[in-house]
Amino acid sequence: MLQLFRKERMWEKRPLKDRYDVVIIGAGVHGLSTAYYLGKLGVTNVAVLDKGYIGGGGSARTTAIIRANYLTSQGVLFFRESLKLYEGLAKELDFNIMFSQLGRLDLGHTDSSIFGLRQRAEINQLLGVDSRMVGPKEIKELVPAIDLREGKTLPIIGALHHPPGGVVRHDAVVWGYGRGAARQGAEIHPFTEVTAITQENGRVTGVETPDGRIEADTVLSATAGWSSTIAKMLDLELPIVTHPLQAFVTEPLKPFMRTSISSANLHVYVYQTDRGEVVVGGGVDPYPTYSQRSTLQTLESLAGHALEMFPFLGRAKVLRQWAGLCDMTPDYAPVMGRVDGLDGFLITAGWGTWGFKAAPVAGRSIAELIATGKTPDLIEPFGLDRFRKGKLVNERAAAPAAAIH
Amino acid sequence: MAFLLTCPNCGDRSVYEFRFGGELTQRPKPDSSSNDWTSYFYDRRNAAGTQKEWWYHKFGCRKWIVAARNTITNEVSETAWPDLG
Ligand SMILES: Cc1cc2nc3c(=O)[nH]c(=O)nc-3n(C[C@H](O)[C@H](O)[C@H](O)COP(=O)(O)OP(=O)(O)OC[C@H]3O[C@@H](n4cnc5c(N)ncnc54)[C@H](O)[C@@H]3O)c2cc1C
Repeated sequence: MLQLFRKERMWEKRPLKDRYDVVIIGAGVHGLSTAYYLGKLGVTNVAVLDKGYIGGGGSARTTAIIRANYLTSQGVLFFRESLKLYEGLAKELDFNIMFSQLGRLDLGHTDSSIFGLRQRAEINQLLGVDSRMVGPKEIKELVPAIDLREGKTLPIIGALHHPPGGVVRHDAVVWGYGRGAARQGAEIHPFTEVTAITQENGRVTGVETPDGRIEADTVLSATAGWSSTIAKMLDLELPIVTHPLQAFVTEPLKPFMRTSISSANLHVYVYQTDRGEVVVGGGVDPYPTYSQRSTLQTLESLAGHALEMFPFLGRAKVLRQWAGLCDMTPDYAPVMGRVDGLDGFLITAGWGTWGFKAAPVAGRSIAELIATGKTPDLIEPFGLDRFRKGKLVNERAAAPAAAIH
Repeated sequence: MAFLLTCPNCGDRSVYEFRFGGELTQRPKPDSSSNDWTSYFYDRRNAAGTQKEWWYHKFGCRKWIVAARNTITNEVSETAWPDLG
């Protein structure tokens, strides 16, 4: 029976060697995407290690919204490239990643939120990203089921419409990158926890695992919510705090909307999946924790806010709720590249609640940095040293909406 | 995971009555290097384990307290008034 579904193994289990050119800590979407693009650049003596199963961290829990309608020019250029890579990814990986380009509406309910959305529309258009402002009439045409909240608190008075945005099948992206990386020679080792990082004269030389010590020319941490635990092994502190993000999904309903919707004022985002389930998420929990258990309080508040736009959902049953860890940075932008004073070590983190959509461009850029030693222009603004230089990216800026997925 | 915090003033209360105020940090001396100040502003231990942290009893007595919490299990082992010495 199994053969029906699995005609071939995605990757072979191989014995752990004691030396690789590159060791990647974390087999989430970022670690595996980096391994894949390293292979394309001819770097194939690579091991990706994970303490759990493949893609079981944030990558298993993501709501997988893809979009490029950010606020800062650095962010827009970076996510624009990632969206482009996602559009061609099924072909590239020969794996159906089920990218549904539903389009995306960021709703505005107040003058100040409309101002922020307008600013994004201008910046997006200037940088060639398809986004424009739409009014209540067009919103209603796109999503007839929505309550525009006329005469209520926080009426929907406009929105930023971003047609190429959408959602992707997250596991497929993880598996597709994993299979692609393995086919080029990379090894993937689940249930192999990194317990220490070895150093000699300010140079990282490898990692320790319960299965033994591994030497590497380059060690990359791609551990998202766990990044600070890896940094601690090097006596480093990062500008990162780990907060959980929660989401829930309803039973499948008849299709009633195609567009994915987000409202910063109502602290909620909603979309209907290809299977008819309604996915609801919001902002991170208000306190940091490494616990991945969900809470009733968040479920109630997310559901309450979803009902403010779709009152009829009150009768839908909740199928499941979950939480995942998010590595939040003070400026809502990633932290990628070298760490000053520490050769042989790189980090890709600060993926917060927005990192899934970045995996293609981030993996490709970090791979290029490892292979050539040169930081690609697209990720130059996201270096860890921006905090010392006072060059924060401030992806949140005037529009808190930008911080939501 | 939700949990209770013991406010020294109000007793056991839901964490949702409080606002998290960050891990306890050591403010650098005024003439410290700009690197030290940058670290103070942005870098965090973000411990996976027990850490001391600030909480503000927003929907209660509106006092700041310090708690020792295990960030993996969310068990709170100690709460106290801040040492302002
Ligand atoms: C509920 C939720 C919804 C989200 N929605 C969106 C969205 O709609 N759009 C979007 O773009 N982003 C979203 N995100 C964010 C996105 O999912 C993450 O940024 C992204 O998945 C991070 O991928 P990663 O590969 O960096 O980390 P992860 O997938 O978290 O992988 C890190 C891996 O490191 C491993 N690890 C940790 N410590 C060690 C160690 N010591 N040794 C070995 N391995 C270790 C972990 O086991 C884990 O598998 C969401 C996140 C959550 C939680």
